[in-house]
Amino acid sequence: MTKKILETLNVSKIYDSGNLVVKAVDDVSISIEAGEFIGLVGPSGSGKTTMLAMLAGLLNATEGQLIIDGQDLNKMNDIQRTSFRREKIGFTFQANNLVPYLTALENVELMLRLNKTNGRKGRQRAADLLTRLGMGDRLNNLPKQLSGGQQQRVAIARALIHNPSVVLADEPTASLDTERANQVVQIFADLIHEQNKAGIMVTHDLRMCKYVDKVIQMVDGKVARVITERAAIDRLAGTSQFDSISAPKVEDQIKNQPLIIPNPAVFSTVGVGAD
Amino acid sequence: MAIYLSFKEIWRNKGRFFLFSLVIALITFLVLFTAGLGEGLASANKEYLEKIDAQLLVFQEDTGYSTIESRLEYDVLRNVRRWDGIADVGAIGFSNTTLVFQDGIEPIDVSMVGIEPGRPGSPPTYQGDPIRTKQGKVVVIDERIAEQAGVGVGDMLTLKSTQGADDEFYQLRIAGISDGQQYFFQPSIFVSLQIWDDVRPKANVENNDSPIIPNILAVKLDDPTAIEPMSNFLEGRVDGIEVTDIVTAYKSAPGYSAQQNTLNTQKGFTFLIGILVIGGFFQIQTLQKVPQIGMLKAIGTSNHIVANAAVMQIIFVTLFGVALGGLSTFGLAIGLPAGIPVIFTGTSILTALAALLLIGPVGGMISIRLALKVEPLTALGM
Repeated sequence: MTKKILETLNVSKIYDSGNLVVKAVDDVSISIEAGEFIGLVGPSGSGKTTMLAMLAGLLNATEGQLIIDGQDLNKMNDIQRTSFRREKIGFTFQANNLVPYLTALENVELMLRLNKTNGRKGRQRAADLLTRLGMGDRLNNLPKQLSGGQQQRVAIARALIHNPSVVLADEPTASLDTERANQVVQIFADLIHEQNKAGIMVTHDLRMCKYVDKVIQMVDGKVARVITERAAIDRLAGTSQFDSISAPKVEDQIKNQPLIIPNPAVFSTVGVGAD
Repeated sequence: MAIYLSFKEIWRNKGRFFLFSLVIALITFLVLFTAGLGEGLASANKEYLEKIDAQLLVFQEDTGYSTIESRLEYDVLRNVRRWDGIADVGAIGFSNTTLVFQDGIEPIDVSMVGIEPGRPGSPPTYQGDPIRTKQGKVVVIDERIAEQAGVGVGDMLTLKSTQGADDEFYQLRIAGISDGQQYFFQPSIFVSLQIWDDVRPKANVENNDSPIIPNILAVKLDDPTAIEPMSNFLEGRVDGIEVTDIVTAYKSAPGYSAQQNTLNTQKGFTFLIGILVIGGFFQIQTLQKVPQIGMLKAIGTSNHIVANAAVMQIIFVTLFGVALGGLSTFGLAIGLPAGIPVIFTGTSILTALAALLLIGPVGGMISIRLALKVEPLTALGM
């Protein structure tokens, strides 16, 4: 039986600013097992980033339980949560992923330094992982000397080097072209499966779902759908990445080209997304 | 970890941090130079008075402790000297004169100080002998004169002094050399009061038999701490005098306070500019780094690492800048011509250096607070 690494039980996040009460995440219960790679999708405002922030221990849930590796995140104080993130979570972000004044190798080593597990062996492991990700000849380059895809690969290495339980990726392909996006997510998925981690990727780009094992679709803070069947996931990944974020962009494109008469069919097939 | 992050950032942004250190170095240079100038000007005004081996100075009444205006009859000296508690009293006379040299050496304007041999006011000599007799035509010179004119013990000095409408020249043998004894922004020469009275410039050539009128008296007390009671006592017992301690006396010199206040204000403003510049720099830098700090916190960097890294950068940049500025100031000080009144050895320089090292942490405090307040959620764009 595979090990359940992450579990949320009736988790809600309510923002109460006096006059306005917003339920950003509403009664979400999900679980992820070791070696499972999840795609968290949904339109803007659906609560997926809030969900990710809670899973990362960056945000407290208003209600419910968030359990990772048997530890309830809601029962931790700030200091405990910081060390929890340092030890148990691997993170890649949409932007500003890397420390600009550290080389690729130093950026990966950073997680080991934070966890005080650096040293010659740690450095070698970081170099090996980067080499595996095709960055062997870029170890001593600064982030500004790397392309967006290369930076994401360094971020992936950093997210995995310290052997975390959960790896979280926030829009990892947002600034990449299709080819690089595919490469990056493919690598990510391979490493998660190989190293038996629980991986969650928030994405707007449904095409990237072809690399995940399960898709959790959120709408208005709730889990609208959980797709586990491979055929259904592939069908979703094969459709356009049109969602509520990309739709206005498509419309804008058409508005900016008044000579082209908008064809409703375009909305379901055109390949313009949030990436 | 904080050291690692802060030094990696400095090393990979050497140019930016070096330029900023240069700004601090320039501020340091300006502050130290102002402090040195303040010290130098003050010293040029007071050096002799400050070194007198006495606790009290006696002036003519209502002269506002002015050594030029004050004139004391010789019986005042006897009157002061006779009280219990007074260890010794020396009469001192001040005037200006010019030393002239042969062989193309520029004349030197000096303060000519008449003293009573062996009494307070008589300077110690580190080379040669002090003045021992009242009538000896000998002089003790300030080491600056010895350096400037290249003269030494046993050499003859020529004094030019205006007597009436004529320039008179007097020959005096150098008996000894004292350390720095500037007064009235000039190096000093010391002669006995009798010689001083003979050779000092006079508007009218007086009768040589008239009594000597010194300017002030230097009073050494049996109990050096009894400055105030003895000062009050003397003022009560001796008519026509005002008595004060040495510090009050030189602070009362014309222009002394105005000059020092101006320089202190300038120094204060330079400090303020320093604090604002360093504060501004680190504030802007921290603002630019908000997403990066957010990311670091999100991946598990603790607040104290973030804060320590910021503090270390501020300390390093300040230390480097102050050291650079300090060294260049001292380098300049070595190359400065002797006539420029800048002194880099006083306590005011040490105080300025200590204060300069504080401008970094004070200026950078806001940026550290800002760095601490960055939420890790910013990494997710929230």
